[in-house]
Amino acid sequence: MLLREILRMALSSLGVNKLRSILTMAGITIGVFSVIGVMTTVSALRGSIESGLSFLGSNMFQFSKYPTGITLDGNNRRRIDQRKNITLDQAQRYQKLMEDYTDVVCLKAFYRNGAVQAIYGNHKTEPDIQFVGSNEHFLAANQFSIGIGRNFTAADTDLGRPIIIIGQEIVQKLFPSESPLDKLIKLGGRTYTVVGTLAEKGSAFGQSEDDLAVVPITRFLSDFGSANASLNIATQAPAQERYNETVDHAITAMRIVRGLRPEDENDFELYSNDSLIAAFAKVADAVRAGALVISGIALLAASVGIMNIMLVSVTERTKEIGIRKSIGARKVSILMQFLIEAVVISLLGGLAGILFGVLAGNGLALMMKASIVFPWDWAAIGLIVCTVIGVGAGLYPALKAAGLDPIESLRYE
Amino acid sequence: MISPVAPAVGSRVVRPPGELVIEIEGVTKLYKMGAEIIHALRGISLQIRRNEYLAVMGPSGSGKSTLMNMLGCLDTPTAGRYDFTGKNVAHMIDDELAEIRNREIGFVFQTFNLLPRSDALHNVELPLIYAGVPPHVRHERAMQALANVGLGDRVHHRPNELSGGQRQRVAIARALVNHPSILLADEPTGNLDSKTGVEIMALFEQLYEEGHTIIVVTHEEDIARHARRVVRLRDGLIESDGPVD
Ligand SMILES: Nc1ncnc2c1ncn2[C@@H]1O[C@H](COP(=O)(O)OP(=O)(O)O)[C@@H](O)[C@H]1O
Ligand SMILES: [Mg+2]
Repeated sequence: MLLREILRMALSSLGVNKLRSILTMAGITIGVFSVIGVMTTVSALRGSIESGLSFLGSNMFQFSKYPTGITLDGNNRRRIDQRKNITLDQAQRYQKLMEDYTDVVCLKAFYRNGAVQAIYGNHKTEPDIQFVGSNEHFLAANQFSIGIGRNFTAADTDLGRPIIIIGQEIVQKLFPSESPLDKLIKLGGRTYTVVGTLAEKGSAFGQSEDDLAVVPITRFLSDFGSANASLNIATQAPAQERYNETVDHAITAMRIVRGLRPEDENDFELYSNDSLIAAFAKVADAVRAGALVISGIALLAASVGIMNIMLVSVTERTKEIGIRKSIGARKVSILMQFLIEAVVISLLGGLAGILFGVLAGNGLALMMKASIVFPWDWAAIGLIVCTVIGVGAGLYPALKAAGLDPIESLRYE
Repeated sequence: MISPVAPAVGSRVVRPPGELVIEIEGVTKLYKMGAEIIHALRGISLQIRRNEYLAVMGPSGSGKSTLMNMLGCLDTPTAGRYDFTGKNVAHMIDDELAEIRNREIGFVFQTFNLLPRSDALHNVELPLIYAGVPPHVRHERAMQALANVGLGDRVHHRPNELSGGQRQRVAIARALVNHPSILLADEPTGNLDSKTGVEIMALFEQLYEEGHTIIVVTHEEDIARHARRVVRLRDGLIESDGPVD
C-alpha cells in the first residue's frame, strides 16, 4: 500500500520537470528503439526472405560462375571474375555424366544485351522483363507451373525451336482480350511462337516473378550469342536420402567438365536453398549483433544520464527529503521513492522505445510486403533491462537521499 | 524545581501533570565551524510531563532551536541522556527514531515546512502515509484534522494559495493528525503578523484545553504568557524554570 503511494509520488515528481524527464527518457528510448526496431524488422522479414530464397525446387542445388547476391566477403571478387564461363557444351557434358543419378538438370542463361521488351502488334511490355533461355526442367527448378498450353520438351531444346513460354504479366500486356497460344511475339528482335504461359506466382523482395519469358536454351544462345553467356545448372536429387550423394557426384562431374586438376580449387559456386538461407541468417545475425552493440552503448549513456538527473533531483529536493524525514519517513521509504522514480523514467523510456521500434520495424516490413510481428521476447528483455538500468542508475542517488541528515536537509535552501 | 503545578491564572484551565514524557539530563551540543567550536547547549536537564504547556524562551542564539530539534528526535545531543517516554533515544536506530517522529511527536516549524507542490490535504495525509494508514481512513482523519484547525474549506489549496496563518494551521494539522504524545513548536508565530500570531496562540490554547501536551519556543514575552510554565535559556544553559506569573 505504501508502495502505491510511493509510486504516485514518483510519477508526480516526474511531472514537475516534464521536459527534463522526457529528455532523460529519450536516451533509453533510443537504445531500446534501435534494438526493437532491428529485431522486429529481421523477424518480420525472415519469413518472407526465407520463402523468397527458397526459389529452387525441393532437393535441388545449383552451380554457377558467380555466387548469389548475399555474400559477406567482397574480397573474392577478382578471383571470381577471372573464372571461365560455364558453357552450353560443359553443361551438356555434365548432364551426360549425371544421367545415372538424375535426368532433372535445368540449364539457364540470362539475356545480357541490355533491356528487353516483348512486342505483339501494337501491344508492348515495359522494356524491363526477365528473359531467359532454359529447358524443360525450368518449371521444376524454379517452382513454376504451366498456366495454359504446354511445357518445353527435350526435342524443343535439341532442335532449338523458336518457341516461348511467357509469364502472366506479359500475357496481360500483350493479350488483354485473346488467347496467347500460337501467337508470334518479338523479343530482342527475334520472333517466337507462344506455346504456353506460366501460372501466376506473385513477387519476391518486391520484385515480380510474373514478367518472365523463357525460350529453349539452344535457341536462346544461337539467337543472342553464347560468347559471354555463363550458364546456371540446377540439379535435382532423385530423393532426399540421395541428396548428399548426388551433390558429391555432381561436384566431381563439374570438375571433370571444367577440366580441373585434382589440386585445383572449384572454379564454380554451389548453392542450395539451405545455403542461401544460412547466408541470410549470417547477415541477419551480424545486423542483430550490430543493433545490440549500438543499443548497449546508447543504454549505457542513458543510464549515466539517469544517474546524473537523479543526483540533481536529490540535491534540489534536499528540503523535501528533510520535511519527509521530520514527519517520520523511514530511510527505506525515501530510498524507494527515488529508486522507483529512476525505474519509472527508465521503463517509460523503454516502453516508448518498444512502441516506436515495433512501429518502425513493421513499417519497414510492410514496405517490403512482409507480415506484421510483435517481438514479445525482445520487448520482455527490453523491459527487464530497463528495470535493471533504473535500479542501477538510481541506487546511488537514492541511497544518498535516504542517508541525508534530517535537520541538515531541513536547513537546506 | 521540576515540573511545578501551575496555578490557574484568571479563568485559565490548568490540567494536572501526568506521566513523564521527556527527561533530559546534562545534555550538551557542540557545533564545529572549522576550527571554532560552538557550545549551543552546555548541560541542560529538564523533565516534561503529559498535560504540560511549556514555553522555552531566550534571546536569539541561546540554543532554543537546538534543544527543540533534539527533543523532536531530529538531532542528537553531543553528550547527556535523553529519555523519551522512558526509553533512551541514544540507543535507538534510525527507523525507531523515524517511528517516534511519525507517531509520538508533532513538530511545527517557524517556516511551516510544507511540501510546496502538494495541497493541504496531502500535506496533512503524509504522516499517515508513512504510518501505513489505509487510504480511506487516512483521508477522513486528515479532513478532520484540517477542520479542527479551521481549514475545512481549504483542503485542496496548495501552500502558495494560502496565507501565512493558514499555512501554519496546515502544519499544525499535520503535526496533530497522528495523535502524538507531544506537540513541539519552534517559533510558530515568528513568520506571522501579530494579529495572526494571536490567532495561532488561541489555537494552541484550545489544543491544550482539549488535552494536548505542548512545548512552544518563542522569544516574545506575549507569546510565552500563553503557556503554563516557562523555561528560560541563556547561552546554552537554563536560566530559570517556573510557572507563568
Ligand atoms: N548547524 C549549525 N552549525 C553551527 N552552529 C550552529 C548550528 N545550528 C545552531 N548553531 C549555533 O548554535 C547556537 C544556538 O543556535 P539556535 O539553537 O538556533 O538558537 P536559537 O534558536 O535560540 O536562536 C547559535 O550560536 C548558532 O549559531
Ligand atoms: Mg531558533
